[in-house]
Amino acid sequence: MTTEGADGAPVRLVRGPGLLLVWLYGVMSVGAVSRSVYQIATEFDRAPLAYALSAVAAAVYAFITYTLVRGGETARKAALLCCAAELVGVLTVGTWTLADPSAFPDATVWSDYGMGYLFIPVLLPVTGILWLRKSRR
Amino acid sequence: MLGATGRGGTGLAGARAAGLSPRNTLGPMLVALTVAVSVAALALAAWCGFAAYRDQPTKDWHFIGMAVVSVLALAQLVVGIVQLARGEQADEGSVIFVSYLLGALFAVPAAGFLSLSERTRWGSVTVAAGAVVLAVLEVRLHDIWEG
Repeated sequence: MTTEGADGAPVRLVRGPGLLLVWLYGVMSVGAVSRSVYQIATEFDRAPLAYALSAVAAAVYAFITYTLVRGGETARKAALLCCAAELVGVLTVGTWTLADPSAFPDATVWSDYGMGYLFIPVLLPVTGILWLRKSRR
Repeated sequence: MLGATGRGGTGLAGARAAGLSPRNTLGPMLVALTVAVSVAALALAAWCGFAAYRDQPTKDWHFIGMAVVSVLALAQLVVGIVQLARGEQADEGSVIFVSYLLGALFAVPAAGFLSLSERTRWGSVTVAAGAVVLAVLEVRLHDIWEG
């Protein structure tokens, strides 16, 4: 088994543990996208930095969900790259919110390493990278 | 006994002061539904988690369980919207309240549909995860309504 199936079909990423992964990414996408749309539309001036960062997180989640569903080697690589970017983002924003709380009048999705989301934001990219590496075979 | 009647009195007065209509039984109903959906969601999560532990996919009985949880969530959505229509206020705003109610309604059915495409233990794990997401949404819903 290489990057493609024996019949040349693109590698499916949504199978086995990948299904759980795509479900959690889907949930985070819906949550982060609707949250940032609402906050930017109604109260952007209150915490521009926090809401802009939430929007970035939302875009990353939506893109990873799309690549996982799409499947194939190119999508797998793109998803791997985005998971790495996501992990860097969570760690950076998590540390930033702890080091300089005054810059964040309101929480972002990635505040305190995603504590408000049961630490799923910091666990997802790690499991995502493990799964995507395993799917390469 | 004095304490009991006293508490009952303030409770009723408090409800009357908070609500616009004097006899709004939907308030307690919304709380009861929130508790019911949470308990049902956690039970479903344990049940599907157990199925995954035994290396089994979701089966007909699991889907009946998902239907029960979804019907409860639908009832909660309806009662929530009726409460808003009657002039009650959600503490964090009606847009957020209705968004969470819709999210709560679709969480378990969406996971259920996904599990149809994955006839292994991972389908069961996904439904369990969906039920946990629903339970978390219920906690948030309570905060959004009560403040």
